[in-house]
Amino acid sequence: MKEEKTIVCRCEDLTLKDIRELIKKGFRTMDEIKRISRCGMGPCQGRTCRQILMQEVARAQGKSIDEIQITTFRPPTKNVKLGVLAGGAEEYEEDC
Amino acid sequence: MKRTAEVVIIGGGITGVATAFNLAKRGCRDVVLLEKGYLASGSTGRCGAGVRQQWGLEMNCLLAKGACEQFENLNEILEYDGDIEFHQGGYLLLATTEKEVEQFKKNIKLQNSLGINSKLLSVEEAREIVPYLNTEGILACAFHQKDGHANPFYTTQAYADAAKRLGVEINTYTTVTDIKVERGRVVGVVTDKGEISTNKVLNAAGGWAGQIAEMAGVSLPIYPERHEALVTEPIERLIDPMVMSFSFNIYCQQTPHGSFVMGYGDPNEKPGVNLKSSWHFIQTMAKKVTAILPIMENVRVVRQWAGLYTMTPDAAPILGSVPEVEGFYVAVGFSGHGFMLGPMTGILMAEHILGMAMTLPIDKLDVGRFERGELIQEPSVV
Repeated sequence: MKEEKTIVCRCEDLTLKDIRELIKKGFRTMDEIKRISRCGMGPCQGRTCRQILMQEVARAQGKSIDEIQITTFRPPTKNVKLGVLAGGAEEYEEDC
Repeated sequence: MKRTAEVVIIGGGITGVATAFNLAKRGCRDVVLLEKGYLASGSTGRCGAGVRQQWGLEMNCLLAKGACEQFENLNEILEYDGDIEFHQGGYLLLATTEKEVEQFKKNIKLQNSLGINSKLLSVEEAREIVPYLNTEGILACAFHQKDGHANPFYTTQAYADAAKRLGVEINTYTTVTDIKVERGRVVGVVTDKGEISTNKVLNAAGGWAGQIAEMAGVSLPIYPERHEALVTEPIERLIDPMVMSFSFNIYCQQTPHGSFVMGYGDPNEKPGVNLKSSWHFIQTMAKKVTAILPIMENVRVVRQWAGLYTMTPDAAPILGSVPEVEGFYVAVGFSGHGFMLGPMTGILMAEHILGMAMTLPIDKLDVGRFERGELIQEPSVV
């Protein structure tokens, strides 16, 4: 597997090589890597990259993935157009 | 971790790292910075990331102008191997009442006298800059081209990297648990990873600065207040300047990355450390932004989050020493503007801590102003 050809984050076009280089530079946690590379901050909300990133961080820290501090899941769960949010969402609010 | 240091800085946001770098640059390299999370994990990394010079008070104008001039050259000053993404697309401020137009005129006169080339624009002129602007209810606009945006994570990292190269020790995931004071003087800092002897401590802890000050027996008139923001998917360049209105209570800016970052201040927000996102925010935000920029209706929200403003009674920061404890310095209470002022704060705090000549006098920003009743009331904040 060529790490420079393995895409980790499709939204931000990050390869496994990019991630491994950041880890080598000293960015050790998922939170640090997310913020310095935007990995997980794209329109997919980290659905693809979060698992791969978690594995890489676990490997670098010599831990199992259960022990890795995961980045915060932020709303909305799915991308929503501002126009949809702005109009007629009153009923939804009552349901929450 | 070092066991002694000339200066210990508490807080790994823009204020802490910028001061660390500026201390080291001035020859004070025996500096340890402590951060309980990762760099920029507090208010810096959660901010709207705008940088503006259009202020209503001379002090704020000068601080912001100084900071902006640093931002312009920061990649070079810090020899950063990346790019802090500083983009000067300007700030377009919308006035919706005659009173606000008058305030803008006053502000612009002051700004121009200080070398900030802001100007008043008619609604038509504003539309030339932002063609998508719904001008309904807008009477005039203020504009300054040199205001803009910078990436808080890269900016913080750039300072931290440069500080480390000059010998500063940065300890992330290290929590301060106590500050030791003997006979009215700082003697050490206790952390969950051991103790550091020092005679100088800078409190740059943002939303947690009140708690840190209490460890030294110092009471500061500050409180944290949640402010929420959201970001959209990145799209092609639509709007160059930050669009902001004090009366509509909104800011919205397209970042160089292509996403839009926006927020507003909730007048009903309760003081306290609260980092939860609310449904109320995303809905109100969507209504506000699509009202002034209808084209945004088709842009998707990717994520919302919350951060803390650290408020002072006059919404201006507290910089300097405190009278009760020798060696305890504060750079706190930026009231939502800590990131944009950060590069200047770093210079001023380094100069103050080292007893050097000041680039700008900061005595009016001391903590004593509240007791003296000499508040610095800024008229132009969201």
